[in-house]
Amino acid sequence: MSETKAPVVPDSEKPGNDLLKQITQGPGLVSVLGVIVALVIGGLLIAITDEKVAQTAGYFFARPTDFLSELWRAATESYVALFNGAIYNSAQGFKPFLETLTVSTPLICAGLGVAVAFRAGLFNIGAQGQIIIGSVLAAYVGFAWHLPLGLHLLLVIVFGLIGGAIWGGLVGLLKAKTGAHEVILTIMFNYVAVYFIDFLMNTQAFRRPGGTNPISPILDSTAVFPSIPGSRLHLGFVMAVLLVIFVSWMFKRSTVGFEFRAVGHNPEAAKTAGINVARSTIIAMAMAGALAGAAGVAQVAGTEKVLTSGIAGSLGFDAITVALLGRSTPWGTFFAGLLFGAFQAGAVNMQITTGTPIDIVSVVQSLIVLFIAAPPLVKAIFGMNRKKKRNAKLETTQAGAK
Amino acid sequence: MTASTLQPAINVLPSKKTPIILSAIAVIVFFCFGLLGNSDSAHFQLNSAGDAFKLPELVFPGKASNIVIGLLLIGLAVYSWLQRKKSKLVATWMIAIAAVLFVLSFLIWVVSGADITTISLASLLAGAVVLAVPLVFGSLSGVLCERAGVVNIAIEGQLLGGAFTAALVSSLTKNAFAGLIAAGIAGALVSLILALFSIKYVVNQIIVGVVLNVLVSGITGFLFTTVMQEDPELYNKPVHLPVIDIPGLSAIPVIGPILFKQSVIGYLMYLAVFIVWFGLFKTKWGLRVRAVGEHPKAADTLGIKVNRTRFWNVTLGGIVAGIGGSFFTLVAIDSFTKEISGGRGFIALAAVIFGRWNPIGAFLAALLFGFADNLQVILTIIGTPVPSQFMAMMPYLVTIFAVAGLVGRSRGPAAAGEPYVKE
Repeated sequence: MSETKAPVVPDSEKPGNDLLKQITQGPGLVSVLGVIVALVIGGLLIAITDEKVAQTAGYFFARPTDFLSELWRAATESYVALFNGAIYNSAQGFKPFLETLTVSTPLICAGLGVAVAFRAGLFNIGAQGQIIIGSVLAAYVGFAWHLPLGLHLLLVIVFGLIGGAIWGGLVGLLKAKTGAHEVILTIMFNYVAVYFIDFLMNTQAFRRPGGTNPISPILDSTAVFPSIPGSRLHLGFVMAVLLVIFVSWMFKRSTVGFEFRAVGHNPEAAKTAGINVARSTIIAMAMAGALAGAAGVAQVAGTEKVLTSGIAGSLGFDAITVALLGRSTPWGTFFAGLLFGAFQAGAVNMQITTGTPIDIVSVVQSLIVLFIAAPPLVKAIFGMNRKKKRNAKLETTQAGAK
Repeated sequence: MTASTLQPAINVLPSKKTPIILSAIAVIVFFCFGLLGNSDSAHFQLNSAGDAFKLPELVFPGKASNIVIGLLLIGLAVYSWLQRKKSKLVATWMIAIAAVLFVLSFLIWVVSGADITTISLASLLAGAVVLAVPLVFGSLSGVLCERAGVVNIAIEGQLLGGAFTAALVSSLTKNAFAGLIAAGIAGALVSLILALFSIKYVVNQIIVGVVLNVLVSGITGFLFTTVMQEDPELYNKPVHLPVIDIPGLSAIPVIGPILFKQSVIGYLMYLAVFIVWFGLFKTKWGLRVRAVGEHPKAADTLGIKVNRTRFWNVTLGGIVAGIGGSFFTLVAIDSFTKEISGGRGFIALAAVIFGRWNPIGAFLAALLFGFADNLQVILTIIGTPVPSQFMAMMPYLVTIFAVAGLVGRSRGPAAAGEPYVKE
């Protein structure tokens, strides 16, 4: 009796097949459509709060064309400004694109961290804290130690990775040893890190000599990534690309990567097959933390060159959306990072030229992730469910035959 | 659900954790707060303005009283080891006494070592309750959702949505109660998205929750800039809810202001805690909800509509959290600002876990976190050597210890986070 009522869920969305498939699979077309729907909703939000649109709505029935053209203008104007600030504009050529690459560098690194944990079946909400601890260590090495060129930057990177790895690895350790849920642990670790950096920035060791503001000394010139003159783009971007290649290699070719995937798919089966699940959990979280720490390095040794308590911004949460949009694959994360980097770089220009608040980026970003996570919804919006219904019938008959 | 039901069979020796923790606390109090403590006295005022009668000021000599408290705690620790030898559990009330003694000795230690050695205990407690109000509502939302098997990470978004809508509607209608109702609706709307995606489209509940927080933060931030800041007089000047003072009772020192001098939301808080507790543990409805959260398949077999129950519980949770969010803009603060909830939704989540998914437990945990929050403010004012950031960390550290099983064992509803699809 219940079978006829049961919602038929395509294989990729069956809950038993869990988080992983939900994130890693799904047709590309639906992703593109999801992005479009999110952009349209964002555009509508911009339009309905626009003054001129509200004015023309007042006489909508007298002259509907006025209203519609204003609606179109308000929405497209903002997106054009966004594009101009992120990719290309006639005055600066492709220079804004360099800014997009700069902004996406930490997003890609931290997004990779979240993605690696996802693949190992772990939900890493803790990128925020891992970035903070990573950037604290990296920045300290950068301004307090004075070392020769080359070695200094190398140590900055290494310490940043270690900082993140410790903060992530602690969560892995607690999860492996006590069974505590990593989502709760990472959220709590984030706040501990937030207050910890706040405390550090109020100590003499982290302040500029004689300064009263909570801002660190500028990192030594030997400790920062070389950058392209006239832009903020720095070699940290190359580090991000190398990390993408490394993670991609790890999942495809290495034992550790294989173990991560096995544990992520089915911890019980992995255990039976002789994989040490606890060890894998700890390593995965430490690695996720190290990658987030790399984002911290990119911030302090590349983009900002100083440490402040707001160094991580909203990177930690953006990283989650990046990993989700990238379906937790290394290159998917890379391109998702570029897309969201472009949104954020362009949003600055958009706010200046059209007055549209930067917050619209969070709205569009989160909508994109929501829509991509629920393909049936996007299909329903575009009326693509007809084919599915036929399949549905087929599946119910099969289910009945079981 | 009491702690004893979670413990293993009786012929096994109980875990060493409780005695170890009690011993550690006793040692810290005796040596750090006692022997190494400051010999100045700590003064606690019990009266606040408008009290009916005067209570004497409590004066504790720093070193001496902490040595006494330390000895008491050592006694408790020894007793707990003896109990363990007899395969008996330490009674919950003894752990509670140890916790209260520890907090007291910490207060004495910190205040006697400060620049100003007098604090008002009455306002410390009253302020703690005020700060706890949104936490309590948020944690009740968490309890309602998780008991039905839906993990609610979106408490933060519900609080924020409630705060924004309350400010907007209260400003437009010049009616605080309209704002209160609108806040409930806003919280429910956030919940509806959570329910739609996690129940209908079986998207992972944690993903939806995390993303919803970002979405609500983005939408409220966007509308704050485009609408509220354009004309703050019209859109962001909420009429506040009145503080209702029950004559006579509110003049009782210490507890008067806490229990009988609250805003409408403050009174609603006490009511909501009782109703949710009664509903979940004393009614047929509650039994069904808990069945859905623990074993949805069994519940389904008995004819309980699993997904419908979840849907309504999530919606109800949203209403509760939305009302809690309105506390920011209708009682505590004059107008809405971006991110006004400031991560309190996550502290509420911590309170759910620390309170072991029980409404009363969550209420007490939220009070404790509110107390820590307020203490941090007061300690900054009186100038203690303890950095305020470490006080602010306390709720999170306590939660880490709680979920890691170092302080008791926290076990959530078995099916929380698992979507339910009929086969």
